[in-house]
Amino acid sequence: MAAYIIRRLWQIIPTMAGVILLIFTLFNVVGGDPAYLLAGKISNPEQIANIRKQLGIDEPYWMQLLIFVKQVVTFDFGASWSTNEVVSHMFASRLPASLMITVPLLILETIIAVSIALAVAYVRGSFTDRAAMVTCTVAQSISILVYIIVFQYVLAYKWGLFPVQGWGNNFGENLFKFAALPILIALVVSLAPNIRLYRTFLLDEVNQDYVRTARAKGLSENRVMFVHVLRNASIPIITNLMIQLPGLLVGLFLIERFFSVPGIGREVILAVERSDFPVIKAITVYVALATMLANLAADLLYKAVDPRVELK
Amino acid sequence: MTTAAMNAAAASAPARSPGLWSLAWKRLLGDRIAIVSMVVVILFLLLSLASFVGLVAKDWNREVAINYAPPTLFKDSHKPAADLKAGAKDGGPAVDSGAAKAEVVNDRDPLRDVIIELKGQLGQATGEVDSGIKVVDPLADVMAELRKQLGRTGDGAVAQADEKRAEHLPFGADKWGRDVLKKVIQGSETSILVGFAAAIVATLLGTVLGAFAGYFGGKTDDALNWFYSIFSSIPYILLVLAIAAVLKQKGIVTVVLILGLTGWTSIFRLVRAEYLKHKARDYVRAANAIGASNMRRMFVHIFPNISHVVLVQLSLHVVLFIKSEVILSFLGFGVPVDTVSWGSMLNEAQNELILGYWWQLVAATAFMAVLVTAFSLFTDALRDALDPKLK
Repeated sequence: MAAYIIRRLWQIIPTMAGVILLIFTLFNVVGGDPAYLLAGKISNPEQIANIRKQLGIDEPYWMQLLIFVKQVVTFDFGASWSTNEVVSHMFASRLPASLMITVPLLILETIIAVSIALAVAYVRGSFTDRAAMVTCTVAQSISILVYIIVFQYVLAYKWGLFPVQGWGNNFGENLFKFAALPILIALVVSLAPNIRLYRTFLLDEVNQDYVRTARAKGLSENRVMFVHVLRNASIPIITNLMIQLPGLLVGLFLIERFFSVPGIGREVILAVERSDFPVIKAITVYVALATMLANLAADLLYKAVDPRVELK
Repeated sequence: MTTAAMNAAAASAPARSPGLWSLAWKRLLGDRIAIVSMVVVILFLLLSLASFVGLVAKDWNREVAINYAPPTLFKDSHKPAADLKAGAKDGGPAVDSGAAKAEVVNDRDPLRDVIIELKGQLGQATGEVDSGIKVVDPLADVMAELRKQLGRTGDGAVAQADEKRAEHLPFGADKWGRDVLKKVIQGSETSILVGFAAAIVATLLGTVLGAFAGYFGGKTDDALNWFYSIFSSIPYILLVLAIAAVLKQKGIVTVVLILGLTGWTSIFRLVRAEYLKHKARDYVRAANAIGASNMRRMFVHIFPNISHVVLVQLSLHVVLFIKSEVILSFLGFGVPVDTVSWGSMLNEAQNELILGYWWQLVAATAFMAVLVTAFSLFTDALRDALDPKLK
């Protein structure tokens, strides 16, 4: 087990090196000279040279790459170009708001999606099943933008059930007042694809021999579905959850933007709009790292759920 | 048919067992949902093709109606123009004035530039244009005066301002009085073009890389897998935004490249697995024995046998990229300002909705939902038809 974890962690290094190289190529080679951008419209050559020196981009590429690697390792990306806020501080202060939406969302979504998927998988082939699948397909084809625009307009602006946007300082107020509508929208958007996915995972199991055996020996339908089938289908479900995890942090960027939630996703959009390279670089590199660690965690979880799984 | 005739037929044309494609086609035609969704998709393709060659919606940029002209069906029930505007002038909701400001800033209309310029020559306060835009043809008298003073008969753009504008249109009009129906058709063209082009780029990239990795194995496989792991470890949307931040020039080609260069990973993995499976099969070894080159074995012998996997992936990715393009364009990182896409329409619609003008939102949403639903159902049917075991 320990050897496996160490080996997997060791394998992360070359991939991480690749990610760093890719981001470096994008922002330092393809991205062009940011000094002109920073200096603004009125600039003179000395100013430009000064900024270039400050950013370290008057150095040769290999030196710049070394600086970037050092930044990644020391978690020190310097200050944002547009707000001068230290990037690591930016991360730390934006993370809670993102988590405030992501964590309840993930919990609610998993419970609801798995229950509905179990229900439709149980009555597979029936009219209910087909109606649910058609609803999911149609719901999935509507852009997330439309959900946000319409829900925000109707539920918050017209009916006043929720605040239109904003964020407070108090945990309870944030969670129950400001995060409620964002969570609701994200829930509606993510339910449709996940129900479809989980249904196929469950359907793979319900036709297996062990299910027939369980029924034959007289187990109740509840026990068959919730204990036997669900436990076996939980491996792909866990994979799906873990893979979603890092993306969720930034994936809610549209919702954060619409509702002015001071989270990481909104910061990404702002950074892209302002060409704030240090912020985008930092977020991309660390989210990539988080993704790899989440994949490792998923593999370890398989082992916990299913003892037959062998870690190689 | 008599036995003799059958024998004769069999003798003249040796019995041919139906191939994968004709079987799949037959299965597809036996599926009612597949047929309906296929017809819808083909209609959309024809529509955007017609728009592409300029048969329909060529003049989507023309201002043919009054600002925010309501859809014909709702012309009586919807009378927002007077009271809403009055509300806005009385200081209305804060969002409203913000939206109005944004309109002025985003204004790239050549006609308005001309008017502002001409008004400037007359020495009038240009600030008036801002509030005047919303009133029906506000500058008619100014233009008439201008014509007299400058002795201009007016070029096309100026003449347009004098045209009689429609009170209502089948699908309504946007804030400049442009026909929403034409805009949404033009938007379909953009979104479908981007979706297909990006899907082709991604599929080509994923297939070629996957073929090399799976077929050659060893060091090539390691290198390409490394490449794959880099791209797949960065969440898709984050990578798209990062590239959008770097590429300054906007354009349809840029969007296609962004989406295509980031979206190939899942195709790569599938194609690689297929090549791994196929490369040791007898027919490939036979091809090797008769001296077929590696390239020939990869793309002439193996590829036709895995092409159904690629086709389904292509179809899946069209849907994915259409959705991504809409989000990118909505955020302003997608197609340029002078091109209309469903995303940019949704962006405009967001401000309009608060003012009560819902038709642009509904038009863009409905067109997109119908196409994407039909395309998803078609993809599902295609997969089932090509791989009946899966069902």
